[in-house]
Amino acid sequence: MSAQDVKQVDARALWQEAFEGARKRDVDFSSVSGSKLKGLYGPEDASVDFARDLGYPGQFPFTRGVHATMYRSRLWTMRQFAGFGSAQQTNERFKFLLEHGQTGLSTAFDFPTLMGYDSDHERSRGEVGQVGVAISSLRDMQTLMDGIPMADVSTSMTINGPAPILLAFYIACGERQGVDPKLLRGTVQNDILKEFQAQHAWIVPAEPALRMITDVMGYCSTHVPQWNTISISGYHIREAGSTAAQELAFTLANGMEYVKRGIAAGLDVDDFAPRLSFFFDSHIDFFEEIAKFRAARRIWARKMRDTFGAKDPKSWMVRFHTQTAGVTLTAQQPENNIVRTAFEALAAVLGGTQSLHTNSMDETLSLPTEKAVKIALRTQQIIAEETEVAHVIDPLAGSYFVEAQTNRLEAEAEKYFAEIERRGGVVPATEAGYIQREIHRSAVGYQAAVERGSKKVVGVNCYEEDHDRTPTIEIHKIDPAVERDQHQRLAEVRKKRDAAKAKSAIDDIRDACKGTDNLLERFVAAAHAECTLGEIAQVLRDEFGEYKEPKIL
Amino acid sequence: MTDRKIRVLVAKPGLDGHDRGAKTVASVLRDSGMEVIYTGLHQTPEMIAEVAVQEDVDVVGLSILSGAHMELFPRVREELKKRGLDHVLLTGGGIIPGEDMEKLESQGFAKLFGPGTRTDAIAEYIKTEMKRRWAHTS
Amino acid sequence: MNASPDITERFKRGDKGAVARAISWAENGDPRFATLIADVYSKVGHAWRIGITGPPGAGKSTLVNEIAKALRTRERTVGILAVDPSSPLSGGALLGDRIRMEERTLDKGIYIRSMASRGSHGGLSRTTVDACDAMDAFGFDEIVVETVGVGQAEYDVVSAADTVVVVLCPGAGDGVQAMKAGLLEVADVLAVNKAELPGADRLIMDLEEAVHIRLAGKSTWMTPVVACSAARGDGIEDLIAAVERHREHLKAHDLDGIRREKRLAQVHRVLDERIAEHLWSGGGFGERARALLDSGRSPYDVVAELFSALLAEHRHQKNGAK
Repeated sequence: MSAQDVKQVDARALWQEAFEGARKRDVDFSSVSGSKLKGLYGPEDASVDFARDLGYPGQFPFTRGVHATMYRSRLWTMRQFAGFGSAQQTNERFKFLLEHGQTGLSTAFDFPTLMGYDSDHERSRGEVGQVGVAISSLRDMQTLMDGIPMADVSTSMTINGPAPILLAFYIACGERQGVDPKLLRGTVQNDILKEFQAQHAWIVPAEPALRMITDVMGYCSTHVPQWNTISISGYHIREAGSTAAQELAFTLANGMEYVKRGIAAGLDVDDFAPRLSFFFDSHIDFFEEIAKFRAARRIWARKMRDTFGAKDPKSWMVRFHTQTAGVTLTAQQPENNIVRTAFEALAAVLGGTQSLHTNSMDETLSLPTEKAVKIALRTQQIIAEETEVAHVIDPLAGSYFVEAQTNRLEAEAEKYFAEIERRGGVVPATEAGYIQREIHRSAVGYQAAVERGSKKVVGVNCYEEDHDRTPTIEIHKIDPAVERDQHQRLAEVRKKRDAAKAKSAIDDIRDACKGTDNLLERFVAAAHAECTLGEIAQVLRDEFGEYKEPKIL
Repeated sequence: MTDRKIRVLVAKPGLDGHDRGAKTVASVLRDSGMEVIYTGLHQTPEMIAEVAVQEDVDVVGLSILSGAHMELFPRVREELKKRGLDHVLLTGGGIIPGEDMEKLESQGFAKLFGPGTRTDAIAEYIKTEMKRRWAHTS
Repeated sequence: MNASPDITERFKRGDKGAVARAISWAENGDPRFATLIADVYSKVGHAWRIGITGPPGAGKSTLVNEIAKALRTRERTVGILAVDPSSPLSGGALLGDRIRMEERTLDKGIYIRSMASRGSHGGLSRTTVDACDAMDAFGFDEIVVETVGVGQAEYDVVSAADTVVVVLCPGAGDGVQAMKAGLLEVADVLAVNKAELPGADRLIMDLEEAVHIRLAGKSTWMTPVVACSAARGDGIEDLIAAVERHREHLKAHDLDGIRREKRLAQVHRVLDERIAEHLWSGGGFGERARALLDSGRSPYDVVAELFSALLAEHRHQKNGAK
């Protein structure tokens, strides 16, 4: 040992003694996911082989980012999720956001649309336009995109069970605007596995649902090559109560299942994998989240190259959208949500996100008002323009703590991959409720920690204020007229269309369900024939049956 | 008479799939000694009322985050009434603005719970309320 | 004791709310149950009672749902009792079996009741029989009782049924586990669910062999092993046919005698409960036992003394009555 080393050892021992002897605050020193944290991290905690584990941005394993220049070339896409009421109202909100500097569109649909019911279905009563926009037909999609140049804008659609049908409406809508599908850019979420696991909007059981996903991958690789065919989403898994490690593990496990399915359907992995994108939550635990994003990139790159044999570096990359965590917002003292969202957004940026949605302060109460949405967008603009954080790529690399967390999350994810494998894969593990139970257990554990006071939430279990239940901020409500108008629009669509053409398009879909023809191709034809979402989804229900949730509790 | 348990139906009316709250509350009510029937997602008001009849529950707790509460909650109440279940303690929670809560409570709903509610407060409320009601009836 | 005549009247009218209330009374040990069931007891005995048990995750609820569906196409009405364990810590329970039977909810010919085991010594068996009697008297053609096969109480529960179906599925050691747990001994029919999964053929063979070894030459009924897939709706007809065959078999082999013995067991349980309740709450045995224990006597000693006291009182009462 050199004199230098001896001095180091002494210093460490001294610190250890001082640290352990000192009085500590009486709080639970763990991450928001419940992972115990040390007071100090050093080189011994963060074993990193630079070439193997980090590398350079734009290079395998992409821990430091997917592009060589990251935000020096182009900032992330500021993409606020929007949708409420009628197609026309959402169209106006879209234009408002584009005018205020937003660079991409992101569509929220109402529950009937998410479940594949037309606005005039019995089960849609009271829900039309409530949490998103109601889109039941090509005509609604045309209204939604009216005056928006579809060749220039990229559009994300948060839709899963009926994703291929909504994508068909979008493609047909583009064609009516005179836009070649080859020019369309955007994303359908189309991630049915996480629906079964966490978000719970579905139509048909797993196997036919997965077949439709490979149909979308197959169709788009030739006809809509710039379209992201799936956005593999951890967001809803996290919002349902998972830990960071579970979000990471289940999302990537789902992603790997889609890759397996694509390969099994006869597609070349490098033909479809570059069009897979991801969607993560950015929760309130700043460093854990940054580590999660870095771990996601590294795990995926390794799996794609080494397990699935992808050759194209684009197939190895996790390109992802991030949304700040809706579950961290509080109804109490809602203005504090602006602050929470800012920290979460900053973590996403430091974690290298490609696009970002920042939540509005009023979202635990209702749909966001215009003012709240603007503040949320301005939050991103402040990070981008004022904080100077976007100048340096992966600025936290080499932090002992962040590297240790990145390693930990990767290791925890690997444990879950092994457990899922042991249970026969993602689909059996989901159908048996294993993944849902893991998420539920974490959710209940976190709730108990908040109620015990070992996890703090300002305004909820500390720094509370007397408040009545009536929120002090403006509330955005949906006019019931939206539902009535939708009924009328649908009646018109059904009356005006060529009935024989619509019927034959439906029959074609039924045939394709029984056989192996590409369903998305049939959906596009049905969209042009003015068939409605509910009519098409009903064929799927008739032919494939409905998904039934397993018993979790 | 042996031990009488409070039987609670935790139900999700409508199409929204957010069951984190419902499942957490169901677990907490179980842990505070109640028998909780959970019927899963996407229930119609008619289904909820029919289950309440067949299970002879004392309490129906609705959870909704879709904004459709002003449509669905009163319909559940109607369906319960139709089946003679006026006596059931009808409560619930979710993303419900204060003024809507007040309106529903004035229409015969018991206390409703908004975001950020402590789950033990819900359990306590149900226990107290049932104790009061049972003291009156038997 | 209000509402009892009203409930009886509604019960006879076929109001599901009344059978629901009757079962609650049975669960709570409410004396109104005895009054009600006495009133309608002539109707008990019409229904066939099928017990379904098996390890957790065998797919029992899904199977019950499929059985009910198939029975409905034969225009048979079905009462279903789904039993789940109570939490030993809190005494509460989460009853989620209805999730898999959701599409039956609004069927007028179906009644589904979730029941917590409440973990009381023998109480579950008593309540289950009461619930079955209530559903039987109410007029259902078939009664299905579903319970997790994990312990003695669950055997007792299914033993109350005319036909016991044990459900297993392929997976690590399930067949062996079932044999170890003695599940095979209560089975009148063995169902291998999820028969499409790898390992099903092996499990079926193992079970057939085990049944053969155990029963060959010893019983007139050879427990059949039926392959099915509840999730796909396959093999349900075969399963129902096996239950039918068992029913025909029992009818040919003193069904009335078997059922009388089951009723006798119920008399036994209820009588035990009554006596215990009488002694401990009405008879003041608690105080007397405490006093004796305080004087340093052993529990057995205390029992001997209390028991002779009981017999003496009984004799005295009998003589007094003369």
